[in-house]
Amino acid sequence: MASINWFHYAAPQRFYPLAGRLVPWFGALAVVLTAIGLYIGLWVAPTDAQQGEAYRIIFVHVPTAWMSMVVYLAMATWAAIGLVFNSRLSSMMATALAPTGALMTFLALWTGALWGKPTWGTWWVWDARLTSELVLLFLYIGFMALHSAIDDTRRADRAAGLLAIVGVVNLPIIYFSVQWWNTLHQGASVSITRAPSMATPMLLGMLVMALACWMYCIAVALARVRVIMLERERHAPWARQALEGMA
Amino acid sequence: MNSLSELLAMGGYGLYVWGSLGMCAAVVVAELMVIRFRRRLLAQEVMDERATGETTA
Repeated sequence: MASINWFHYAAPQRFYPLAGRLVPWFGALAVVLTAIGLYIGLWVAPTDAQQGEAYRIIFVHVPTAWMSMVVYLAMATWAAIGLVFNSRLSSMMATALAPTGALMTFLALWTGALWGKPTWGTWWVWDARLTSELVLLFLYIGFMALHSAIDDTRRADRAAGLLAIVGVVNLPIIYFSVQWWNTLHQGASVSITRAPSMATPMLLGMLVMALACWMYCIAVALARVRVIMLERERHAPWARQALEGMA
Repeated sequence: MNSLSELLAMGGYGLYVWGSLGMCAAVVVAELMVIRFRRRLLAQEVMDERATGETTA
């Protein structure tokens, strides 16, 4: 592993085939892990004493909520690398991650609403956790809108990249919102510093689903970045070749 | 869970649990379709560009 020259893959024409080889692996892992996670979560895990079966929303709510933040962090990191080193591929990665992150955020909000109704009696409250997660969705949408509004791609990369970096301040606000403010949303059930306050199959199901979500996001982001590479480099010989193979 | 009907009913919370899972599935399918469509559209565009380029040349 130590002999891999990572800069070698910073060129789109070399990263394109590598990503192509990786997508099916991450995709297959996502499918297998989802099957295992849903089996544990929907079949093996016991009914919750307080919430009945409604709690099973946790198996999609928590993974999508985690990924909404992880993807944002990854997007902002790629954007920052793109800004500092002026590397095309980094900015393309940031652009490729945005729609997936937005969808994860939407799913976290959607599943949260469907969980809030039976347990809190409301679809939505303007509490700190929910509001900051909604702001995250707007940040993703803002990133995509700004990027598509600027015709010069490299300028769009820089402007949207800057927005992504500034938006990172929202991540600790989301994460610590349940501690900093008195929220209707509950505190963390899982943390690195203390033992989880959940039954083992529940925790296991949630972690497997979270891992499945990771694999899905990686697979989809790589698949999308391949298309973005072709779009931007359509006149380069390698892209022409790849496009010919497709038609 | 002991039976399929129990699984579908979700103890009266079927709408909420399946509404959550269903939306996740729908989003995944839609996202994959959009990527596939975007790739096809690009291939088509490049093909057209090349075809018009050849006739004018």
